[in-house]
Amino acid sequence: MSTVYFDHNSTSALKKEVLETMFPFMTSQHGNPTSRHVFGRNARDAVEIARVQIANAIGAQASQVIFTSSGTEANNFAVNGIASQLAHGQILTSAIEHPCVTRPALAMQARGWRAHGIHVNADCKLDMHHLHNMLAAPTNLVSVMLANNETGVLQDVAQIAELTREHKAYMHTDAVQALGKIPVSFEDLGVHAMTISSHKIGGPLGVGALVLDKRVDIYPLLHGGGQEKGLRSGTENVVAIVGFGAACELAIKNLSHFAKHTESLRKRLEAGLQEMKAMIFGINAKRLPNTSFFAFENIEGETLVTALDKAGFAVASGSACSSDSTEPSHVLLAMGIDPDVARGAVRVSFGVENTMSQVEAFLKSLAQEVNRLKQMTAIAA
Amino acid sequence: MTTERKPIYLDYSATTPVDPRVAAKMIPYLTEEYGNPASRSHPYGWTAEKAVENAREEVAKLVNADPREIVWTSGATESNNLAIKGAANFYSNKGKHIITVATEHKAVIDPVRELERQGFEATFLEPDSEGLVSLEVFKAAIRPDTVLTSVMLVNNEIGVIQDIEGIGNICRENNVIFHVDAAQATGKVKIDLASLPVDLMSFSAHKTYGPKGIGALYVRRKPRIRIEAQMHGGGHERGMRSGTLATHQIVGMGEAFRIAREEMATENERIRMLRDKLLHGLQTIEETYVNGDLANRVPHNLNMSFNYVEGESLIMAVKGIAVSSGSACTSASLEPSYVLRALGRSDELAHSSIRFSIGRFTTEADVDYTIALLKEKIGKLRELSPLWEMFKDGIDISKVEWAAH
Repeated sequence: MSTVYFDHNSTSALKKEVLETMFPFMTSQHGNPTSRHVFGRNARDAVEIARVQIANAIGAQASQVIFTSSGTEANNFAVNGIASQLAHGQILTSAIEHPCVTRPALAMQARGWRAHGIHVNADCKLDMHHLHNMLAAPTNLVSVMLANNETGVLQDVAQIAELTREHKAYMHTDAVQALGKIPVSFEDLGVHAMTISSHKIGGPLGVGALVLDKRVDIYPLLHGGGQEKGLRSGTENVVAIVGFGAACELAIKNLSHFAKHTESLRKRLEAGLQEMKAMIFGINAKRLPNTSFFAFENIEGETLVTALDKAGFAVASGSACSSDSTEPSHVLLAMGIDPDVARGAVRVSFGVENTMSQVEAFLKSLAQEVNRLKQMTAIAA
Repeated sequence: MTTERKPIYLDYSATTPVDPRVAAKMIPYLTEEYGNPASRSHPYGWTAEKAVENAREEVAKLVNADPREIVWTSGATESNNLAIKGAANFYSNKGKHIITVATEHKAVIDPVRELERQGFEATFLEPDSEGLVSLEVFKAAIRPDTVLTSVMLVNNEIGVIQDIEGIGNICRENNVIFHVDAAQATGKVKIDLASLPVDLMSFSAHKTYGPKGIGALYVRRKPRIRIEAQMHGGGHERGMRSGTLATHQIVGMGEAFRIAREEMATENERIRMLRDKLLHGLQTIEETYVNGDLANRVPHNLNMSFNYVEGESLIMAVKGIAVSSGSACTSASLEPSYVLRALGRSDELAHSSIRFSIGRFTTEADVDYTIALLKEKIGKLRELSPLWEMFKDGIDISKVEWAAH
């Protein structure tokens, strides 16, 4: 494929070094970690090495890392598992969370809990005043993501965690988009639980983890063989876990290079966008270095994303999930953006392999498409 | 990493190696084709989505189902949890009684126990001494409020095949939803969901030469079965199971199931020959007992107890082979296998049992080595055993009154 890939927040290419660590566990080292023979022991050792690599990358203890099949599972596990162990109270989630946080919270409503969203402002930052007011009612859990997948805007999670703790509630953060792009420390954030995922950082699809303060009681989502100390049953996905460990180690090593490189690409991109009078969402807030989310007034729907694809650039129209794609982004709506503008939004998310000349070419194509679409809109009007 | 010489692998029911053909098919999706199948706006996403749908077709073909009836999960444990909790919760207004079998895998028993905590009632049927559930016993357990039954197709420890068609027909007559855990069955027995009266069926890739971390749940469309999602989020898999699909793993499962469909007839014949050779070789050792019915059994499995040998020392003595002394998932505990106990085996015989599971890469030389190893080691262990000596002297040990101490 000759398409230029600008969609790293959706999923990132597996790093070659990571694949090399995984390959032996697919074929010759194929044991089930629960088995007591040497095949099983080797698989178990590999899982534990990965657990340490991950813990080291995120300022946590290895025993705090619980492997799951994805970030989605870890978020469901956190919301459902933590609230389930507590008397009925409320679950607060920010209005810009990924659906795999808000939907499990809504599902808990059927079982007697209450779920509420916390507002964000026009810059995509959490409304601390609103949170403060909502915490007046007995609260079980607050979940606020560290970095938003669409705008890249960072939340002051440590500060939110402190406030949450003062109100005797538990704090969870979805750090899936933050890991590998900015420094992430479980300890420094002061949260009780944190979700991470492998495929966003150059590791394989099919594995994530919930990092959990052991003083927090959690109820399992999956019951069975009792793996992960009874908290997550199911044969460990050894190959993917090994890859996740290696990817974490590599991501931390390359963190400053990633930040410097992608931020310089974004700087060039956004200078061009501003010349074209684009609206850049969350530009006044602290953001992930690689993410830019923008739209043009008078250009609606997915026409721009489709046109960019034809020009050879893989970008996203918002969050890549299988929900109905004609729905405007819930993140932009929460920020108060007009639904028509939101429908035409484009997300660019860079990786280290992207280059400045790709950005220049992109800007050139974008300018052409924007002019063409504006002319068409003018004719239609 | 341990550097000792690798033992012979006879633990294919715990997990199988990935077939090299499967690995080759997966590699491109780990490298250049890395799109998120849910990405709708560019070819990376479309290519991944196409690969996922091709694999769905392969999985459906092996069991003669419609691809739209296949829902991806992270493995058979998740499939079982989704089927049992998802169906019981969705249809709970119909009744709150569940029937399953005492010899099911933990990934069925524990979700049922979880439903008991939520207010459901469960009946755990006892199989006969050969591990099989009789249709009369099953029929008698059905109540007006029975909503769900879960019975495994092939047992993971003893390899026996249950009468799924018979049980399913009784379920249909009584309007009970029927779930079948087929994790140990794919590629070993023919499954035809077009004719089998089954509503939900769990599959795993890593027991059939595919990768770990991927499985599927069959959800019947005609008549349509509904389940409550257990994982919420982006609404993937028509809302039944959210979470980004792991393309390479799905591709691996599709390829593994394709190979199973094309090769199972000839492969099973070869494996049956090896298993029978192993069986006959081990039967020349005195005081051995086959656990579970031999006729209704997959050819891959042999589960035997060796009397007058202590279980732990037996496992230590046969380090040249990698086998299981009970289910892989519970072998870390010292409890004797609950499956063997359900057959009425004594704790001693349950402890001294070995599950040999034979697979695609097992050779005749492996079997010869195993027979010779067992003969030698069991002979040596028995030489050291006072119980064996008493048995040889004609003393009935079950009648001996042991002094308390």
